[in-house]
Amino acid sequence: MKYLLLKHYRGGPTPTVDFPPMDRWRPEEVDAHIQFMRDFAVGLRESGEYVDGQALAPDGAFVRFDGEGRPPVVDGPFAETKDLIAGWMIIDVESWDRAVELAGRLSAAPGPGGEPIYEWLEVRPFLKKTPPLGE
Amino acid sequence: MNDALLRELVPAVIGVLVRRGADFASAEDAVQEALVRALAAWPDAPPRDPKGWLVTAAWHRFVDDARSQSARRVREEVVHAEPAPGPVPDADDTLALYFLCAHPALSAQAAVALTLRAVGGLTTAQIASAYLVPEPTMAQRISRAKRRLAGESLDQPGDLATVLRVLYLVFNEGYGGDVDLAVEAIRITRQLAALTDEPEVAGLLALMLLHHARRASRTAPDGRLVPLDRQDRTRWDTRLIAEGVAILQAALARDRLGEYQAQAAIAALHADARSAAETDWVQIVEWYDELVRLTDSPIVRLNRAVAVGEADGPQAGLALLADLDPDLPRFAAVAAHLRERAGELERAAQLYADAARAAASAAERDHLIREAARVRQVLRRPSAGDPA
Repeated sequence: MKYLLLKHYRGGPTPTVDFPPMDRWRPEEVDAHIQFMRDFAVGLRESGEYVDGQALAPDGAFVRFDGEGRPPVVDGPFAETKDLIAGWMIIDVESWDRAVELAGRLSAAPGPGGEPIYEWLEVRPFLKKTPPLGE
Repeated sequence: MNDALLRELVPAVIGVLVRRGADFASAEDAVQEALVRALAAWPDAPPRDPKGWLVTAAWHRFVDDARSQSARRVREEVVHAEPAPGPVPDADDTLALYFLCAHPALSAQAAVALTLRAVGGLTTAQIASAYLVPEPTMAQRISRAKRRLAGESLDQPGDLATVLRVLYLVFNEGYGGDVDLAVEAIRITRQLAALTDEPEVAGLLALMLLHHARRASRTAPDGRLVPLDRQDRTRWDTRLIAEGVAILQAALARDRLGEYQAQAAIAALHADARSAAETDWVQIVEWYDELVRLTDSPIVRLNRAVAVGEADGPQAGLALLADLDPDLPRFAAVAAHLRERAGELERAAQLYADAARAAASAAERDHLIREAARVRQVLRRPSAGDPA
């Protein structure tokens, strides 16, 4: 079963611990955090559960159709209050429980002082294809 | 016969089919089919005459396709036109293929894909994997490009500048999937350099070789970027550097300077310095002056500001930034570097953080966050800002 693990720059439930932005951490804390993320992805590749992972730039905009012959409406750059996705990882795992276990582990990435950052991650199941025998 | 040698035969084989009367799009498809078959069959049973094998396989494929499209007229023409494996097509045919694949009517994306397939001899699957798109997407991109070129023939004069631009883009894409695009770009540019003595082709080849020579030192084992001034120079590939410098010198001696030669000259000056401190920044600034004259590019002006900052001090570099658009890519990173050298650490840390938010790649973003953290670490020390 495939699940999307969504990481947010902003939005989601209130942070458990309010950390300063990463550029204010100590260099060794930054290194440890980035290394943790790399190791996590490597572990998923080795266990055969990794599908894809991408990071998104913080800029961008909302865009919509505004009628025939008119240019699309662009709302952005994003206002400070809006939910903002930072990136995702797609995993292919046995069960919802396994997806939750992995997201919990990823959320324990180290921050200042080597303490877990307790970051909220959004876990979303993919809709499946209709199986041939499932009609 | 290894895959690289096989790939090198592809443009010549397309040339043979076109000479026998096939249109470019069909010939290219037929050769791709033959190539995929060869990659599967040759490891077990390598042919004595690889090129003859490819020509025969591709030609049969082409005739079959023509027949199955029930294009009776075409079939009769081509079958009638089929000669004994005639004269080997000359270098001009292959050169014409470069021009066609990088035709100005194509988008850069399409030209890159078509060049890698028809000139580079890569399979659609390999190109798709290198650019991280599904194979059907890449296949579609290539057939659309060829449809766009319908009616263009191989004997029209081409634009070398667009060819070089395409090869530069391929090189810059670097390593991804199971194909090393930097290596492929160097191989294809080498082939091109053997077909024409234009100094800019040599300049681009030299530029690629000089950059490729530093690749091992550019990334640490844990994946982090290592900037030029902190690279382990003993890991630079001296053989590639020597080759790049020799090619560049021969090109410069022709006295027809272009932007690739000027960029290669800058890379050569970096390669020539045994340590970052020994870099000849004054000469590098002179080459940037040439580049500004040749391109008038704001990106070049931004890079020139870095060089001036090293040659004449950070204030001189900062003064140049005042005339540039702060929205330029990497502007904040350059400003951060110059502020740090000027001793304005608080400002530098903030600019590194800004630059991280504007970074175009995850590796660059992580690097810039580390730079911000590194400068703030210095600021936290009790002696920070203390001249003693």
